[in-house]
Parts: sequence; C-alpha cells; structure tokens
Amino acid sequence: MQRQGDSLRRGFATKDIGAARATHVARGAAWLRTARHGGILALIAVLLILPVFLPNNFYYDVAIKTALNAIVCIGLNLLIGYAGQISLGHAGFFALGAYASAILTSHYKWPGLLAMLAGALGVALLAFLVARPILRLRGHYLAMATLGLGIIVSIVINREIPWTGGPDGMSVPALRIWDWRLTGPVTWYWISAGALVLAVWVSLNLVESPVGRALRALHGSEIAAETAGIETSRYKVLVFVVSAVFASIAGSLFAHAERFVTPVEAGFLRSIEFVTMVVLGGMASTFGALVGASILTVLPQVLTAFDEYKHVVLGAIMIGVMIFMPRGLVPTLMSLWRRRAS
Amino acid sequence: MTVLQVHGLTKAFGGVHAVADLSFSVSAGHVHSIIGPNGAGKTTLFNLITGVYTPTAGRIVLAGEDVTVLTTAARAERGVARTFQNLQIFFNMSALENVMVGRHLHSPRRLLASLVHLPVIKRANRDARDRAAALMERVGLAAYIDAESGSMPYGALKRLEIARALAAEPKILLLDEPAAGLNPRETLEIDQLIQSIAADGTTVLLVEHNMKLVMGVSDHILVLDYGRRLAEGTAAAVRENPDVIRAYLGAGMEGGHA
Repeated sequence: MQRQGDSLRRGFATKDIGAARATHVARGAAWLRTARHGGILALIAVLLILPVFLPNNFYYDVAIKTALNAIVCIGLNLLIGYAGQISLGHAGFFALGAYASAILTSHYKWPGLLAMLAGALGVALLAFLVARPILRLRGHYLAMATLGLGIIVSIVINREIPWTGGPDGMSVPALRIWDWRLTGPVTWYWISAGALVLAVWVSLNLVESPVGRALRALHGSEIAAETAGIETSRYKVLVFVVSAVFASIAGSLFAHAERFVTPVEAGFLRSIEFVTMVVLGGMASTFGALVGASILTVLPQVLTAFDEYKHVVLGAIMIGVMIFMPRGLVPTLMSLWRRRAS
Repeated sequence: MTVLQVHGLTKAFGGVHAVADLSFSVSAGHVHSIIGPNGAGKTTLFNLITGVYTPTAGRIVLAGEDVTVLTTAARAERGVARTFQNLQIFFNMSALENVMVGRHLHSPRRLLASLVHLPVIKRANRDARDRAAALMERVGLAAYIDAESGSMPYGALKRLEIARALAAEPKILLLDEPAAGLNPRETLEIDQLIQSIAADGTTVLLVEHNMKLVMGVSDHILVLDYGRRLAEGTAAAVRENPDVIRAYLGAGMEGGHA
C-alpha cells in the first residue's frame, strides 16, 4: 500500500490531482488497516465463501446456530469483557426474545419484525428494571440477580403451557416481510450472516466511542472513571440493557430460523454456555466472542465421534485453553502475532 | 475569586475523626498545598472534596454552588479533577486512551449515535485523540503516546494521571502526592508542570511530602494535624510557624530547604 502511494505520487508529482489521489489512496489504506474495517471485511469474506463448504442442511443449521450464538456473545462481551460485569441469565433474554416472536406471531398474528422489536423493547425494559437497583451495589450481586432472573424466565416458560406449549415447546410461523416468506436453511444462513456482520459492526462502533471508552474505564478503575465524570452505575445499566437486547434479537431470529422453540433455550446451562464462549474466545474482544461462539457451537458437533466422551474432550480443551491462554484465544494469539511482527 | 470553600468539614470513621471541623478557602489560579504528617487527613480531605466520601458534617462549596451531597461524577462535571496517591490507571486501555477518557465530559455520549458511528462520534474520537496526544506531550510523555499503559514505568504513570485529569479542563485540579517515588529530575519536571498548569488558570490543590517542591510552587499552604488546621499562610509564614516546626517540619525542614 505504501509502494502504491509512492508510485502514484511519483507519477503525478507536480499535479494537484495526483496529490489528492495519493492522499485518497493513503486514507483508504489507513481505513483498511484499522482492525475494525479489516476484521469486518475478513468476516464478510468468510461468510461469503463458507456456503461452498456446507454440504447439506445440517451444516447450514450449525452455521445458523453459530452466528446467532455469536450475536449473543458479542453483546455479552460488551458487558463482561469491556464493562467487567457478569450475567448468568442471558439465556433468559434469548428465550424471551424467541418466545416473544413465537407468541406474538402465532397467537396474535403480529408481523414478524414488529414482534421482534416488541420483544427487544420488552427485554430492554426488564433488563433496565432488574439492573437499576442491582448495579448500584458492587460485587457479585448482578451475577446472583441475573441467575435468579434466568431461572424465573425458565420456570414461567415451562409452566405457562397455554401460551408457550410448556416443556414440549411450540412451533413458530415463518418470518414474513410483507409478502416475502423467509424459510429454509439457505435463506436463514444469509439472514443470520447479515445480522452477525451488523452485530460485529455495532459492537466495534460502540467500543470505539466515548461511551465505549467509559465502559472500559469503569472496568479498569471505578473511582478513576467517576472522577473523569462517568456515572458508573448509569453506564453499567446501559451496557446491561444493550447486551440483553443483543440476546433478545438473536432469540427472535432463532425462533424464526428453527420454526420451533423449547424451554431448553432458557436453561441455566445455556447461560453458562454463553459466558464460557466469551471467556474462551477472549474477553474484551469482539472477534474473540465470535471465535468462542464458533468453537463451542461447532466443536460438540464434530466431537460426536467421541460419543459419550464428548463432554470430557470438550472439558479438557477448555481447561487447556484456560491454563495456557488465560486471556482467551483471540487476545493471546493477537499479541503473539504482534510480537512476531515487531 | 474563590473556587472552593470548605465549612466545618468533619469526617469520622467510627470514633476517629480523620478530618475535624475544618474550614478553608481556595482562590482561583493559585497553587494551594496541604501538608501534614501521615494520617493527618490529607487524602481523606481529597476524598471528601471529590465526593468519594460523604462528610459527617460540614459543607463543600464549589464556585458558589453547594456540592456537599453531589456524586463524584457530578462534581467532575462542575470542574473537579484529581490524581491518586495509589495510581488508578485504566490498565485495560492504552496510554492514549487513558487520557481520552479524561475527555468524557466534553464528548457526545448518545448511545444510538455511538452504535452506528455517526460523523459526530468520528469527530469526537479524532478530537479526543489529538487533545490527548497534545496533553501527553505537555506532561512529558511524548514517547509513550503509542504505549500500552501496563508497560509504562511508575513515574510515567503518575504523569499519565495528570494528563488524564487535565483533559477534563477542570476548574480545580487535586494532585495527591504527584512527586512520590520520583527521582529529583522527575520531581523538578513535576514542579515546572504544576507551575505551568497554574499559569494557565487552573487552580491546583496539592498534597505532597516533598517540602522542597511544596515550598517552591505554593502560593498558599494549609498545615493539617490530626484532621485539624494547624497553620495556614504563605510558604514563608508557615515555615516560621513554631507550631508547624514542632509538629511536623522539625529539622527535616532545613534539610529540605537547603
């Protein structure tokens, strides 16, 4: 890129237009070099090429689930990785989004997108109401409160059989946008991929903004953040609500993609799974959350060859990563790569 | 003009009065120092002024407004900035980003604009980055602009906190032992930095044990002992005060001033 700029400059040495073009090229190069845009372009390239390697619907389904889990994890990483708070109830928000879409589109015939929006707003309100009193307190209260919330959501979904179908789950109508009926794994692959790119973009934007810096600052030192004028409890509530909305939207997409939802999605184990994905991929790294979600969604499918030892192998891999790469996969590999380069 | 007034300020931890019925005022553009032996209540006083602690009794008035019950962030918004005796660096951020956080109150903070990266956010990022870099140069950290905060030496981190505090463009800057742990050359640089900050019109409230530094830069000195005012006045007046000599300065004073 440097060489290209040089040759341009030589060619138009005395002409203004050449100089303008050279700065344009240089600016374009700088734009690409930033991790934000380079990473997003790489992600888009992978998502465009991936279908070539997906032999059948089963693999498409794994890819869709990977993308939707990744969206939850990208949101959760804003809370855990950047702001340093913890939630053990994000499966609850995911399930609320999924069931909001399922119930509103099937029982009430709402348009799918409106149902998705209503679910997201409802989840945002709930997250706000839960977080506001809790986040004034320091320590592990948020973990406990979100744990409780997740369990309550799970119980309600299991018990409200007329609405949710209870433990048997319920089927979900296809997502319709006007007359366009969105069904089938290939269609949903592209929808999930698009949503994933959007989630990554939004997350990177937030991190690289004054609000994002405020979140990272309160993680680094609450007292110093307050001293810089950051209302720490307000920002904690804000990031909690944002991350809950990520989960809710992923849940709504999941419901329409799978056309069926069960209370398993609200389970405590799912919440733990999300946190594990974030920690494995690397905290405070948007692409880390993406990598963690991909590994922990795909690996169990690959490991079916190990049969009942599947969980043992999975556990061993996780322990290994945590011992040798305590910061998570992506941040560790990035700093190794950077050290190599310099 | 008075920037800060403290009336009958008291802070009791259990039965111990860390600050007891303390009153003083700080006039604009000056360097005011607070000295006293360890445990005299200096850092407690800073924590009361910045709102980290709520006083047991008394009032704190900032530029004519009573801020006694306001939060730390609300006081920051009204122009109070500080550094910390025990460093409070955002070690999860780069050196430059630490200073950029100092621009928080001057930056757009709307969530939706941030999520979609509107031009106003891009401009704010660029502006914060430029100002932070300029401030790092000003405090003598030009070499660390691209550094990770975790890889910086202690003396540089002290100055990084000053740069971060200055980024907020405060009315009054509270420096808690800025020269602690620094070598003589670095201390001299801090001395010059404090003078230039005051010359730019920012009031400085300084807690410091290095008497040479304090006597050199201060327009006004408040001597604390057991949370009470022992003496107050110019450097010369305080130096001559028999109570001060007995309680605190003693022979060390001459050594420090030689």
